[in-house]
Amino acid sequence: MVSALDRKLLRDLGQVRGQVLTICLVVATGITGFIAMQGAYQTLQQTRADYYREYRFPEVFASARRAPNRVIDELRTLPGVSLVATRVVEPVLLPGGNGNRPASGQIVTISDHERQPLNRIHLTRGRLPDPVRSDEAVLLEHYAETHDIHVGDHIPVVINGTLQNLHITGLGMSPEFVLVVGGDMLSSTPGSHAVLWMRYSSIAPAFDMDGAFNDIAITLQPGASTGAVLSAVDRVLDPYGGFPAFARNKHTSDHFIESELAGLQAQVTIIPLIFLSVAAFLLNTVLGRIVELQRPQVATLKAVGYSNASIGLHFLKLVSVIVLLGAALGITLGAALGDPLLSLYRPYFRFPDLKAELQPITVVISIAISFLAAAVGAFVSVRKIVALAPAEAMRPAAPPNYRGGGAATWTEYLVGPAGQMVLREVTRRPGRVIASVIGISLAVAIMIIGRFASDSIGHLLDLQYGRVMQEDITVALSDPIPAADIDTFAAMPGVRHVEAINELPVRISYGSRSRDVAVQGWPEERRLRRLLNRDGAAMMMPSRGVVLSDILAERLMVSVGDTVDIEMMRGDRRTVQVAVSGVVRDMIGMQGYMRSADMFVFTDGIETITTLLLDVRPGAIAAVEDRLRDIPSVAGVSSPAEARTNFEEQQGGMMLGMSLVLAFFASIIAIGIVYNNARIVLSTRRRDLASMRVLGFRRSEISTVLLGELALQVVCALPLGMWLGKQATSALLATDPENFRMPAVISLQTYVFAALVTVIAAAISGFLVRRKLDSLDLIAVLKTRS
Amino acid sequence: MTARPESGEEVLRAINVSKIYRMGDVDVHAVRGVTVSLHAGELMVLVGASGSGKSTLLNIIGGLDTATSGRVMYRDQDLTHATDRVLTNFRRDHVGFVFQFYNLIPSLTARENVALVTEIAQNPMTPEAALDVVALGDRMDHFPAQLSGGEQQRVAIARAIAKRPEILLCDEPTGALDFKTGVRVLEVLERINHELGTTTAVITHNAPISAMATRVVTMTDGRLQSDVRNTNIRKAIEIEW
Ligand SMILES: Nc1ncnc2c1ncn2[C@@H]1O[C@H](COP(=O)(O)OP(=O)(O)OP(=O)(O)O)[C@@H](O)[C@H]1O
Ligand SMILES: [Mg+2]
Repeated sequence: MVSALDRKLLRDLGQVRGQVLTICLVVATGITGFIAMQGAYQTLQQTRADYYREYRFPEVFASARRAPNRVIDELRTLPGVSLVATRVVEPVLLPGGNGNRPASGQIVTISDHERQPLNRIHLTRGRLPDPVRSDEAVLLEHYAETHDIHVGDHIPVVINGTLQNLHITGLGMSPEFVLVVGGDMLSSTPGSHAVLWMRYSSIAPAFDMDGAFNDIAITLQPGASTGAVLSAVDRVLDPYGGFPAFARNKHTSDHFIESELAGLQAQVTIIPLIFLSVAAFLLNTVLGRIVELQRPQVATLKAVGYSNASIGLHFLKLVSVIVLLGAALGITLGAALGDPLLSLYRPYFRFPDLKAELQPITVVISIAISFLAAAVGAFVSVRKIVALAPAEAMRPAAPPNYRGGGAATWTEYLVGPAGQMVLREVTRRPGRVIASVIGISLAVAIMIIGRFASDSIGHLLDLQYGRVMQEDITVALSDPIPAADIDTFAAMPGVRHVEAINELPVRISYGSRSRDVAVQGWPEERRLRRLLNRDGAAMMMPSRGVVLSDILAERLMVSVGDTVDIEMMRGDRRTVQVAVSGVVRDMIGMQGYMRSADMFVFTDGIETITTLLLDVRPGAIAAVEDRLRDIPSVAGVSSPAEARTNFEEQQGGMMLGMSLVLAFFASIIAIGIVYNNARIVLSTRRRDLASMRVLGFRRSEISTVLLGELALQVVCALPLGMWLGKQATSALLATDPENFRMPAVISLQTYVFAALVTVIAAAISGFLVRRKLDSLDLIAVLKTRS
Repeated sequence: MTARPESGEEVLRAINVSKIYRMGDVDVHAVRGVTVSLHAGELMVLVGASGSGKSTLLNIIGGLDTATSGRVMYRDQDLTHATDRVLTNFRRDHVGFVFQFYNLIPSLTARENVALVTEIAQNPMTPEAALDVVALGDRMDHFPAQLSGGEQQRVAIARAIAKRPEILLCDEPTGALDFKTGVRVLEVLERINHELGTTTAVITHNAPISAMATRVVTMTDGRLQSDVRNTNIRKAIEIEW
């Protein structure tokens, strides 16, 4: 049996159903975001923990040039060390073919017989390599998928300079390769770096590693000091060309997961916070208005014996029903979005099984925070209710107190009587107007935040493919060629000019810090590549020394004038000291640049060209590309223009989807605020508006009064929202990924888009309220006692 | 000039009650030291010029408002400094109000408006029975907006009597009604007073209504001007104005 008070509640809700619906949607959107993202966060967190545990992800990582197997025992006995696993890890090149571009990769050995103590492989297909076969390997599933390679296929791999065909016996993944980035992030999309697991005895000899290892994984005893173990391991490995050991938090794959999780966590807090604050604000205005309209009713309830608590509860119930409906919708949508959201991570992160799981506590929390929004929204009104004396039931509500209403002021000349009414209303309730402006500006900001990523990437592509890379075709060579061979390329019909780049894998160190990067040797005379300084302007290549990417310089903490150690990672691994002669702006990746001639110190004067840049006559590009593909030493042919188009095609759909979703989110906020405000203005001004109509004002004239305030709010909110969006993007970029730097760029289109969506949302709300106004029943309004 | 009614024990008593409204720097003395009692079963009519403090006094003895000074007693219970909670319980359990402006909840039907009170009362009639008393049994499912002013006022009376209150306080129950409808409302009050023995106080501008009272109290300028027992009680139906 529904009590009379609850019936009143239901009918009151019915009275304001438009407002109930819009607030519901605002709450639902916030809760959807919370549930989906919190679910994704927890799933990623939990899956990662399970994966690390089950497949034995180590806690300490180290590498050396070449350490004999007996060193293992020394490592095992170090205090704090629990398990030690050693192996050989070596870079390889996959020449491509089959429509595939050449790719970088690495061979990772697994022990011949016993199960891997650490870094176990999760086989998704096939079997492990046969220890007696030297040409079998398990391939990283992610790479296999992006390159359409299947179990049983043979793929060409350049192992220590020799081309070999490896038989793929299985596909797998491992906790150390949840995300694999090989080198340059733009050209190497996720899944473009190969990992090949091979039996130790079958491949170690190829790298002269028989009875030795160069990669160490360690787990710690409970309570062991990581720092102490790191330095102990460094001491043991030092005689064998050891590189500084590092803990799990420095591991690239884990680092990326960690920063993604941190980002998610920030969003899990921010997005629901924005939406629920807006909801609380809307509830506050709507409930405030209802209570104001219902003063006599509240007083009557008190007079007939309802307590403050039960009346307060009555109104709290009213807002609770609204947020509960919203929360229910949000929970349903959020749960449904869990898997699709996680699937967005699939192109980047590979876990054995990533399945969204909604924890009951998340649902409870989401309901709790919805109620919190309701309580915050109802707070002011409930306080008013408590303060209301029951004797009020005996007299009509006092008319609102307008100030300065009398004589026409200078503003009236400016804006006319309708404008004057708007201004008076605005100055009478500045709090509500300011809150609305902030709310609408949040909607604008959300859209800017949603689209800036694509703006920034677009800017980055402009820089990379428009300003840095000037060539028409980039040719990657499978084997370094001697300088003399350039002539054969230059002689191809259509080719106007060729420049050669020497690239060497190196480790650059400064003090205790080091990074594995590539150094590019550039020709003396060059016009197909540019170096950009920190302001994005082209700069000269200094006459000697090495020029570093700004990110690399920051990571190593070096500046121009310092001397770094550059160790070649091939051949005899000689180390040369080079002065840093410049720092350039590289948006993506970290590398060094030197003059080709200066790099002869690594190669004993032999120029080994790895990349060719071709300037080709327009119209001849396709023909030149075809001819290039027939040359055996050519591993890959690409054109910056094409790369850019590819990237945009690949990302375009997702970006569009994302910006539509956010536009939808933002519209909900904008509509929620504008519609609710319009309804409240309508209900406060009903009598005035009806009287004006009776006095002969036209509908259009009275809608000016009604909609003028809304227009004013939107006009104020647009610039504020744009500013907020800009601030938020800068704040978001303050997070610090290892080798990637996003410029905070917001395009004009984004500003226009955000403004347009807001204005359209506002216009729709205005239209809906205007229709209500048109159907205003003059007699009914004037008959009722105010 | 004061007449002490012999009948009935004292139910409500105001002792030297004053009420001062502070309006900025002006003090409005709405009630100035009034001492008056309400006796069981009587039908008191309170008359006086507009602004003489009738509503204020009634609100104070009904527990809707608190006095600035003086005391208010309900039987042996001192309501003077009672908490909001005690006053709420007092109103809920003992007092029925009929407001000049009806004060029905517009979103509830006649029946539901009555149910609003019967749901929280200890020994109520059914809403249907209460509406039958005011002869609105056939309009129970109508919303206030669908009822005339007199009908709304009768719903308000039904709502006030449904909990069988000990005390019924009515502030100008006929104020907004025409003569004929007003008389019907008065008849209802009279019947309730007779049949249920409800102690009743009615404020009115219409001096002729005093004719149906057992006692007539007159207020002027916040003070009690006279308190007279009516020896010649007329039936409501005989009253004209
Ligand atoms: N809330 C208030 N604030 C200030 N003054 C008030 C308030 N309520 C009543 N008054 C003043 O107290 C005095 C008595 O008011 P009250 O309502 O009791 O008069 P009344 O006798 O009921 O008049 P009426 O017959 O017109 O209803 C009046 O002067 C009135 O202006
Ligand atoms: Mg009065």
